[in-house]
Amino acid sequence: MYQAWILTALLVWPLVGAALVLLAPRQWAKHLAFAVSLGEFAISVPMWWTFVPADGMQFRCDAPWMAAWGIHYSVGVDGISLFLVLLTTFLVPLSILGSYSYVTLRERGYYALLLVLTSGMIGVFVALDLFFFYLMWELMLIPMYFIIGVWGGANRLYAAIKFFIYTMFGSLLMLVAIITLVYLVGQKTGVYSFSYEHIMANLGDVGSLAYWLFAAFFLAFAIKVPLFPLHTWLPDAHTEAPTAGSVILAGVLLKMGTYGFLRFAFPLFPAVATHPVIQTTIVVLALVGIIYGGLVAMVQPDFKRLIAYSSVAHLGFVMLGIWALNLQSVQGALLVMINHGISTGALFFLVGMIYERRHSRLIAAYGGIARVVPLFAAMLTLVSLSSIGLPGTNGFVGEFLVLLGAFQTSPVAATIATTGVIIAAAYLLWALQRVIYNPLDKPENETLLDLSIREVAVLVPLIACIVWLGVYPKPFLERMQPAAQHFIDTVKPK
Amino acid sequence: MSLDLSRYRDLLIALSPELVLAGWSMIILLVVAVRHRTAADLRLAGWLTFAAFVTTGGVVWWLWWNSTRSAGLAAMIAVDDFRFVTDGLFLVTGALTVLLSADYLEREELLAPEFYVLLVFATLGMMLMGGAEDLMVFFLGLELMSICVYVLSGIDRKSPSGAEAALKYFLMGAFASAFLLYGIALIYGATGTTNLTLIGAQVQALELGHSIMLLLGLGLLLVGFGFKVAAVPFHMWAPDVYDGAPTPVTAYMAAGVKAAAFAALFRVLTEAFPTVGVWHQIVWWLAAITMLAGNLIALAQRTVKRMLAYSSVAHAGYLLVAVSAGTAVGSAAFVFYLIAYILMTLAAFAVLATLGQHGERDVRIDDLAGLSQTRPGIAFALAVCMLSLLGFPGTAGFIGKWYILIAAIAAGQGTLAALLVIATAISAGYYLPVIMAMYMKPEPVDGRARAGVPLGPLAGFVVTASIAALLVFGILPSRLLELARSSGASIGATTMAVPGSPTPTQLSLPRD
Repeated sequence: MYQAWILTALLVWPLVGAALVLLAPRQWAKHLAFAVSLGEFAISVPMWWTFVPADGMQFRCDAPWMAAWGIHYSVGVDGISLFLVLLTTFLVPLSILGSYSYVTLRERGYYALLLVLTSGMIGVFVALDLFFFYLMWELMLIPMYFIIGVWGGANRLYAAIKFFIYTMFGSLLMLVAIITLVYLVGQKTGVYSFSYEHIMANLGDVGSLAYWLFAAFFLAFAIKVPLFPLHTWLPDAHTEAPTAGSVILAGVLLKMGTYGFLRFAFPLFPAVATHPVIQTTIVVLALVGIIYGGLVAMVQPDFKRLIAYSSVAHLGFVMLGIWALNLQSVQGALLVMINHGISTGALFFLVGMIYERRHSRLIAAYGGIARVVPLFAAMLTLVSLSSIGLPGTNGFVGEFLVLLGAFQTSPVAATIATTGVIIAAAYLLWALQRVIYNPLDKPENETLLDLSIREVAVLVPLIACIVWLGVYPKPFLERMQPAAQHFIDTVKPK
Repeated sequence: MSLDLSRYRDLLIALSPELVLAGWSMIILLVVAVRHRTAADLRLAGWLTFAAFVTTGGVVWWLWWNSTRSAGLAAMIAVDDFRFVTDGLFLVTGALTVLLSADYLEREELLAPEFYVLLVFATLGMMLMGGAEDLMVFFLGLELMSICVYVLSGIDRKSPSGAEAALKYFLMGAFASAFLLYGIALIYGATGTTNLTLIGAQVQALELGHSIMLLLGLGLLLVGFGFKVAAVPFHMWAPDVYDGAPTPVTAYMAAGVKAAAFAALFRVLTEAFPTVGVWHQIVWWLAAITMLAGNLIALAQRTVKRMLAYSSVAHAGYLLVAVSAGTAVGSAAFVFYLIAYILMTLAAFAVLATLGQHGERDVRIDDLAGLSQTRPGIAFALAVCMLSLLGFPGTAGFIGKWYILIAAIAAGQGTLAALLVIATAISAGYYLPVIMAMYMKPEPVDGRARAGVPLGPLAGFVVTASIAALLVFGILPSRLLELARSSGASIGATTMAVPGSPTPTQLSLPRD
């Protein structure tokens, strides 16, 4: 019972919640939304225990939808998507709690959109039907577009449309590729079906067409990741979005790109993805992203933009880990995906909290505030250290595994990527120094209030995860291991 | 039900929708001749017209429900699901236009009940176009429709832009008619017949695939159709005419007239020229240019109406992709997209009609700023229209585009499919700013905000029904897909049933 319905419940419950939020009185909206998202988290948590790592795809549910056209409602999770689903349900309540004082305009719409977005994100991670996947992939664009465009910063309109058109352009070509795949498999087997498993099992070798199809999937996912040089939408969107929007964007939406590579682009076209030229190109782009993202982050005057560029660097590690193609590196990539969601999410929360007090995101506007807001300073330091990858925090484990794995495949790439870690230390520590240390020379900063209980409540779960993953990542790794191994077995050239 | 069209009784049954509507047109004409002065008279004519469309729709439904087919060769009028479905579409478009116009005509003081008579005649013309099995019947239907629509676009005699639109439309339309007629003449010269099925048979029997006369005729026919469906490079008239005509008429033209021209184009190409491969390439290019040019020019528009006009040019391009596929999937995709296109076009223009009065030409996209605060319902409806026109998942527009993509890919036209999605991405550049203005820009503080006029109950019904249909068919399209598939498959089915290759003389009008 629970097995078959949990994913459907996760998809439907936020939609029900969104409808309730829209109907509720304005002053209840945020509390109701928070309750709904906590409920969502509560539904998802038992998956942690009931998930059987060795069983592959589970919690399956399959129902005909447009059966005559081979379209089913088909969902399931494995060791790759389980953590992304849990990360989503974990971050959403925190985002809602973190928006309590930030969003004061049209609250009902805001919280309803956040809940619809939740449903869309989970849909992307659990879809096992390519039509359903595409539908969810595009549907979650709309809530995010509105969240950036209505509740964002000064330059929000530009950021919103850029985000929308970039993503849509990539995904439309993916749609053409999906239909072509279905058609090819249909011609071969006589069954026209959008089922992921059916296509995986029967695709076989499609010759040079595979390169075009891979290119279409690649474009859609690489824009989302974002891989250098397709990243230019990211700094704008992340910077202009409201705090919760940035957290969700960085924490979950970027992972859709890497998830897409792991689930679709790579397993469907292993011969293309492991073609030496393509493999080298992607690894080089990932390395450029790591170094370039870090260097650009270093010179940003805007703290939020700095974090946005640091995302480009972190996601470069994920791409490197996936393409290094061994157990350590793939597990590392999966772990970096989760870590980045937690650490960068926490960083965006912290910047959002200080922004609400001073209404400035500029690093230069602060200085020496550790004396005024010690709790904030302590949290910011801890989270920054985890983002740098200090041993004992989550950041270390993931990046270490990626580097370890990548070193076996390509020592040069691993060496270059390691300098990325050093750059990360440079830009974050330098920013820390300018924000919370240095002399307290701005009179406006002397009256800042320290974190409220609500804000602490947002940050504590994140920090607990940072420590847990840093000290004892085994429960995560053992749940990922079979899926990572299965991925490698599927795609590794024989 | 099987009809033997050589018998008068069966021919009357086959023609019953057209006959019923023609009968109604006489009644309305008589009523209007007596009562044509007050607003009440106008309303009476409106309701009579609505009743005409509804009863005719009932007859069409009855024929469709009994799966009426012709037993032998259909001489003048086709008896297949494609005709019934397109007839239904034209009647729905007509009926919704009546509802849209009722408030509008009174508001703009256009107390001309002739409006409704013209609407009935134009719809009758469309039905003849969609069902024509003979090029002459098609041409008569086309002229009946076109002449009525020329007048409709200039019905507002006080508006100089309306007069300009009417004149422009008339000149361009006459030009297109001449092309079509010349094309028909050449095709008749090459094959000795004007019956679509027989043309197909003759082309095959006499191996006319490379006959210069036939190809020239086909080319001229395509040029004429290009004008009528407003495909680039024959689209120049469309934006001016759409812009100048009263908004309900624009809705009727963009939805109905275009659909009728497309239905006829589709029937002519699939029934008469299935063995002449060259039109696939021509339509391929027309589709590619129309999609790209239409969307790129639309990007530069500042007023909503003109933007929608160019967007409807771009949508002609998408439909041409389905035509170009020339397969059974293509016809199904074509029918589905036509339905979705009509719904979203009508809804968008209906919303536009409530946004301004006396000079609604000038509703700029910037004027929509803050609409979500002042008129949330209208803003929501327009947002759904924009997303559906964009082809965003969750709306019928997406399912339509998805189906066209399937048709194009199955027909081996992957490049055209890629062009279609690139054109779609471009179109986001002008559909999204509308949503942006409504939801993300603050209402202008200096009181320049356009209150517009309240949405009347009838127009409100049109908008609500269309939006609901767009959303429902976006999520649960199975039934509509099935309808589109069966009606798409019905076209050209009779082509196979032609015994041998009858000479034109064997075919004559039914005699007793």
